[in-house]
Amino acid sequence: MTIAFYITAFIAILSTLLVITRYNPVHALLYLVVSLLSLAMIFYLLGAAFAALLEVIIYAGAIMVLFIFVIMLLNLGKETAEQEKKWLKPKVWFGPAVLSLVLLVELGYLLSIPDQNLYTPDQAVEPKIVAIALFQPYLIGVELAAMLLMAGVVGAAHIGQHKKVVLHRFLQEKGSV
Amino acid sequence: MNGISINMVMILAAILFILGIAGVIIRKNIIFMLLSVEIMLNASGLAFIAAGAKWAQPDGQIMFIFILAMAAAEVSVGLALILQVYHQHQSLDIDKLKEMRG
Repeated sequence: MTIAFYITAFIAILSTLLVITRYNPVHALLYLVVSLLSLAMIFYLLGAAFAALLEVIIYAGAIMVLFIFVIMLLNLGKETAEQEKKWLKPKVWFGPAVLSLVLLVELGYLLSIPDQNLYTPDQAVEPKIVAIALFQPYLIGVELAAMLLMAGVVGAAHIGQHKKVVLHRFLQEKGSV
Repeated sequence: MNGISINMVMILAAILFILGIAGVIIRKNIIFMLLSVEIMLNASGLAFIAAGAKWAQPDGQIMFIFILAMAAAEVSVGLALILQVYHQHQSLDIDKLKEMRG
């Protein structure tokens, strides 16, 4: 139980350290996914299973895929094929694979313990309580989050569109020179 | 909470947050800086969840959900900005972008 937490914390720190020291963005992203998975494991150990699920699905699933899309978009050059070949070398995925294998073994061990009360904390916060609190006292926060997401979508759609003409005169000067 | 002391979780959150700050400071690429901001958001979420588990209250997880929504909005706008910057300057190096006059 405690040793599981320490192993997971070590993996989290190690993979985060590797994120900020990699040169290739895709390698950093792989290690960031491992870091997020280990944080989800820690949430699970703390009794917040719903937050762990959200971490895996939204963070490691959706947000990281956004990052990968953008990196792929920026890399659309002539050397894309060579880069693909380089990325598929075993050296690239070996480190993240080993770290997430440790996490998988840990999760399998925790799930296979017959006595579930052995590893959940005494006062685990159930998802039901979270949902009730979310939609009664925190309802205004949910609405504000909805407005924030709406603004994010509109802002991303507005910023992301390509303008052929640069409207600002200084930038236009610099572009034409 | 059997075994895991709250101090250890808070120390872990602090270490992850410091790593995120270090990433923002030492990297020169905008994508890596955005990744480091994500690391910091995660560390603060971990602190919230640990506090919620300590007091057996749902507020910590609710704050984590709000952080998640905020991170999603922030990432979508930030990545759109990165794409736009790359199309205008053909570079993601902040040392080259610092001469941007606008």
